[in-house]
Amino acid sequence: MVENRPWANFFAHTVLIIGVALVIFPVYIALVASTQAPGELMRGTIPLLPGAHGIENYTRMWQSGVSSAGTPSAAQMLWNSFVMAMAITVGKLSISLLSAFAIVYFRFRFQMFFFWLIFVTLMLPVEVRIIPTFQVVADLKMLNSFAGLSIPLIASATATFLFRQFFMTIPEEMLEAARVDGAGPMKFFKDILLPLSVTNIAALFVIMFIYGWNQYLWPLLITTNPDYTTIVMGIQRMTSDENPQWHLVMAAVVMAALPPVLVILFMQRLFVKGLTETEK
Amino acid sequence: MQTKRMTFPGRWWPFALLAPQVLVTLIFFIWPAGQALYQSLLREDAFGLRSTFVGLENFARLFRDGSYLNSLSVTVVFAVGTTLLSMTISLLLASTVNRMVRSRTTYTTLLVWPYAIAPAIAGVLWWFIFNPSIGIVPYMLEMVGYRWNHRTSGSDAMLLVIFAAAWKQISYNFLFFLAGLQSIPQSLIEAASIDGASPIKRFWTIIFPLLSPTTFFLMVVNVVYAMFDTFGIIHATTQGGPAQSTNILVYKVYADGFVGLNLGSSAAQSVILMAIVVGLTVVQFRFIERRVNY
Repeated sequence: MVENRPWANFFAHTVLIIGVALVIFPVYIALVASTQAPGELMRGTIPLLPGAHGIENYTRMWQSGVSSAGTPSAAQMLWNSFVMAMAITVGKLSISLLSAFAIVYFRFRFQMFFFWLIFVTLMLPVEVRIIPTFQVVADLKMLNSFAGLSIPLIASATATFLFRQFFMTIPEEMLEAARVDGAGPMKFFKDILLPLSVTNIAALFVIMFIYGWNQYLWPLLITTNPDYTTIVMGIQRMTSDENPQWHLVMAAVVMAALPPVLVILFMQRLFVKGLTETEK
Repeated sequence: MQTKRMTFPGRWWPFALLAPQVLVTLIFFIWPAGQALYQSLLREDAFGLRSTFVGLENFARLFRDGSYLNSLSVTVVFAVGTTLLSMTISLLLASTVNRMVRSRTTYTTLLVWPYAIAPAIAGVLWWFIFNPSIGIVPYMLEMVGYRWNHRTSGSDAMLLVIFAAAWKQISYNFLFFLAGLQSIPQSLIEAASIDGASPIKRFWTIIFPLLSPTTFFLMVVNVVYAMFDTFGIIHATTQGGPAQSTNILVYKVYADGFVGLNLGSSAAQSVILMAIVVGLTVVQFRFIERRVNY
């Protein structure tokens, strides 16, 4: 701040408080709605203060879910989301670490070709090639499985580029010293590259976990068996009911939003690092 | 191709290391994209038994098809609306937070978390707030004499999905604007203020021009986001309706292919979308090269 203007400061705080309120408002309404009695939300406008049925609604959602909408319990759906998100995150990180290592620390034929092959994936989001990809997964008999949920999503050009960028900044002497001491490629990778990349891995982990957790179209298409329903698509199922039970839907919304939001709040520094570096 | 000055020997090592990524890319990216290209040139009969080669006929049909042209214009309105709304709010918030000294981190924390919310869930949240029978906003609008109903009014439905999409994107834009603002040298702003420039004048003549690389970058990212990542918002709320008024291109590919089972047309739409993504990516990368010189 350059000069002291009390009125400007007051105005700035007002703008920010309105902004924050606007950002929080939808989630606040969801919290309020999730604590109402079943009939309360049918009777006209929703109240603005929390009700007394919170524990009841959350317990019911956690244990049994909404069977009329064909969704399993929230505990099951959250577990499914967690497995899918972790599989995608760990898969993406491992294959991109390996390929970045190959691109930076080896010289081989068709290097440029492989680099571009990986680069292309950046340009083909799932949404635009959805039907042929679905056919491939169906032909490979991967429908209704965690493999089908995660493997097609684990190729990641962004992670590969980020690791390549980072490996390029590691001093040459590291490799020279390691080779003088007789370390092979995997030894060097495991004992030198991985420990040096911990911060970058953690930052990407945050971004990729959120990406994986929030997958929607893909699980929607390839899982028909409720055993694999993830929480995000379960919520869509519950809202497309004839008379959605909003108090339970909103309890599920809060439960679905909580894990990734907590990840951001507790790892904010890593999150910002991951976000700004993957988009460069 | 740039590598280290000294590299590991070994002819097969790099291929083994690259294999997982290359396999996944070939099987789940390149092959399906090729299929989409191929299918876009075919037409299947009503039972899906035979397909005939029709050349570019599927594309020609699309551009004569009123519902596709409608979807194009809907997408433009949606992308421009989302980008403008989200970026304006984020820039306002970021430049205000940037004034703060002690409360900066608190405000930042309070503003960044919507990034974690899935688009589909953002859609459900706003759908609920705007629900014509029980939602809070229609209730308030009613008092000023406006009957909100996104189930029958196309423009209401469009506003709803724009709000949901913009809300989710605020945190992203905010973080990048804040980073951009913090990289502007403080001395420039101090100099201007000694010369008597008011905060508003300083913003428009110094800060905003210096922020233009960030703004341009965010514009591209936001358009890509609005075009491709918002499938969940549309699918969980309006499902393209009412009367196709929110049927954006990504949603139409899915609806025509999976619900309508019109594979040739859906594949042709996929190909057009891929061309758009490639175009936007090229714009983004060319711009990044230029930003380095800036």
